[in-house]
Amino acid sequence: MQDGGKIIVGLLIFVGLATLPFYYNLGAPMAKPDPKIDTPVIKELAEKKCVETKAFMRGGHMKLLNDWRDSALRNDLWVYVNAEGKSHAIGLQRTCMNCHSNKKKFCDECHNYMAVKPYCWNCHIEPKEKEI
Amino acid sequence: MSISRREFLKIAGITTALGLGGATALDRLRGKLLEAAEYKRPEDALKAKHWAMVVDVGLLRSGEDYKRAIDACHRAHNVPNIGNPKDEVKWIWTDTYEHTFPGTGYKHMTEAVEEKPFLLLCNHCENPPCVKVCPTKATFKRKSDGIVMMDFHRCIGCRYCMAACPFGARSFNWRDPRPFIKEETINKEFPTRAIGVVEKCNFCEERLAKGLMPACVEAVKDTGALLFGDLEDPESPVREVLRSKFTIRRKPELGTQPSVYYVIGGSENA
Amino acid sequence: MLEKALTGSKRYWIWVFFLLAVMGAGTLAYLRQMSVGLGITGLSRDVSWGLYIGQFTFLVGVAASAVMLVLPYYLHNFKEFAKITILGEFLAVASVVMCLLFIFVDLGQPMRIMNVILHPAPNSVMFWDAMVLNGYLFLNILVGWTVLGAERKDVPPPKWIKPFIYLSIAWAPSIHTVTAFLYSGLPGRHYWLTAIMAARFLASAFSGGPSLLIILALIVRKYTSFDPGKQAIQTLGKIVTYFMLTNVFFLGLEAFTAFYSGIPGHAHPFLYLFTGLEGHTKLVPIMWMSIILALVALVLLVNPATRKNERTLAVAAAATFLSLWIDKGFGLIIGGFVPNMFESVTDYWPTAPETLITLGVWATGLLILTVLYKVAVTVKEEMA
Repeated sequence: MQDGGKIIVGLLIFVGLATLPFYYNLGAPMAKPDPKIDTPVIKELAEKKCVETKAFMRGGHMKLLNDWRDSALRNDLWVYVNAEGKSHAIGLQRTCMNCHSNKKKFCDECHNYMAVKPYCWNCHIEPKEKEI
Repeated sequence: MSISRREFLKIAGITTALGLGGATALDRLRGKLLEAAEYKRPEDALKAKHWAMVVDVGLLRSGEDYKRAIDACHRAHNVPNIGNPKDEVKWIWTDTYEHTFPGTGYKHMTEAVEEKPFLLLCNHCENPPCVKVCPTKATFKRKSDGIVMMDFHRCIGCRYCMAACPFGARSFNWRDPRPFIKEETINKEFPTRAIGVVEKCNFCEERLAKGLMPACVEAVKDTGALLFGDLEDPESPVREVLRSKFTIRRKPELGTQPSVYYVIGGSENA
Repeated sequence: MLEKALTGSKRYWIWVFFLLAVMGAGTLAYLRQMSVGLGITGLSRDVSWGLYIGQFTFLVGVAASAVMLVLPYYLHNFKEFAKITILGEFLAVASVVMCLLFIFVDLGQPMRIMNVILHPAPNSVMFWDAMVLNGYLFLNILVGWTVLGAERKDVPPPKWIKPFIYLSIAWAPSIHTVTAFLYSGLPGRHYWLTAIMAARFLASAFSGGPSLLIILALIVRKYTSFDPGKQAIQTLGKIVTYFMLTNVFFLGLEAFTAFYSGIPGHAHPFLYLFTGLEGHTKLVPIMWMSIILALVALVLLVNPATRKNERTLAVAAAATFLSLWIDKGFGLIIGGFVPNMFESVTDYWPTAPETLITLGVWATGLLILTVLYKVAVTVKEEMA
């Protein structure tokens, strides 16, 4: 291989840079996310159930919110009937954040862990969190 | 094994394209999330085939009345107060007859009409040029009730709709609006917008879904200056006024078919 | 072949690094625009499009002008253009890239640009403009690179490239027609609602683009050992002459309809641009400069003696380019927004960050042009 030395070195540097995100935080202490659901509104609930099951919400709340948005905004259908037949008003602020009013101790827990920055709250107003 | 640089690049390129394309295709085909879930209209929502408004500024008594209507809207929707005409954001505002209906004024016009401010807002046209030009369908005409809607999540901020609107009804967020919304009076029930998207009057569709009249209409309810209803319903308040009083719309020659009608003159404070 | 752009004279590298520096400054200004918002430009609620979209509009025309070299050579065997079709095609590539960059920097939410693909809107001319511009970019890269590659190997171009070449000939006027439709389909703006908008666009494109090509050809001849050919440059001069005459004629047609019809709304934008309206005269000097430059250019172009003299031809080409740049890259846009939809006047003038970003995009385009021309010229020098 002509210039083999330079090529190999160059490739190694490239691989090193390209895989940087994977090993950058290796070994750094990172607490497992612990989203808290002990908000005042949730405490008052008779049945401690979310719009859908925890298992579903963990992986699917992003798509659910997208579907909610399209259904409410584009089709003027503001009520969601969940898998169990219960109706919920569609709205991030008035439904989801009504119960989960602790963004820092709930939403941010997983989002920070996964290093995702959803920009929902650029527009949707986060409820003011009371120091419990 | 001897492979030319060109061959290697070709194979790498095709593999990448197939990989990305395949992944995207699989993602799209995954389909609906939950089979059992469904969506429906809330029971107490106000329904109409074609929402329309009649504006009779002759029934507005003073500057206070105008302010009430405008403030109600801007408060309900967290419209920022930027403070300069360059970057301003407004969903409903006042202007003179000549600016509301350009080219129709003339010398020796009725002074009352010439000087009384009019209320301007999005006309929610039946044939909206703004909807026609949007490259992402972020602004669209809702088939269920005729409201010209804005999807702030999808808007890319190209401002083609602002160029297309013959009525100057649209505003752009030239800056982040949050610092310009008063903390004390923010409406927690409604989101703000983000930087870089277009916004305009939405005929209070979120209030209609809760069975409430638009904020501006509600604010000056006692004057009866703003009427709101279903144009397709012969018994609605708007049709009643259209039967009894002569109204005009802005720039009718353009064929956009506005849904906001203006009564000219003839009322108590006209 | 790209490696040919990695070797060059000292002058070449000084030019490249100068462009990189301007690109850097433009990028910094753009980062500021991304964080503060488009409010740092001179744009406003009334004048919501300005320098960025004006430059985009002008550059689509420059991109389309490649067809003025390709059509005579490939359809009519005009041998004089054989050597320089590549210059037209590579200019088209650089121009289209600049167009796309100007759109990008003008967006309020650029990160969402893929929404145009994810949520296509066939009713929107802008959607189609995005599609045809990218198609044209692909076509010119494909055709230019393939033909140049064949030249380097001293073989005729492969047969399969012919359909793509013919496609690019049809595609070029259509990209600029679609861009004109962005404006001429809007019901509310008098200055733009004219059937001849697309015709004006094509006339100004086919005079502005070739005049830039004349200047570029003269530069290439001066600084490299590749000579585009005196005949080719003269023919380009004739093309510029006739299309510039047509363009100025079209402007006259617009002025006639606006003023003779007596409809105030039609005349107001013209008055704002050329005489001032309600005391606002900001754009009057530069609009008249555009007219004067056009007349100077026409005098030099129509007169055979000054057209044949390459020095005066270069002056005429520069005057044409500058005149059209002012008219199309600025006046056209502002005239559509002033007076506003309420018939009142809001002024517009680009701010410093806006200008810096614009220069950054131009530098990017010029860098791409430099690199591509370096490759093309080096190949031709080696084969000579």
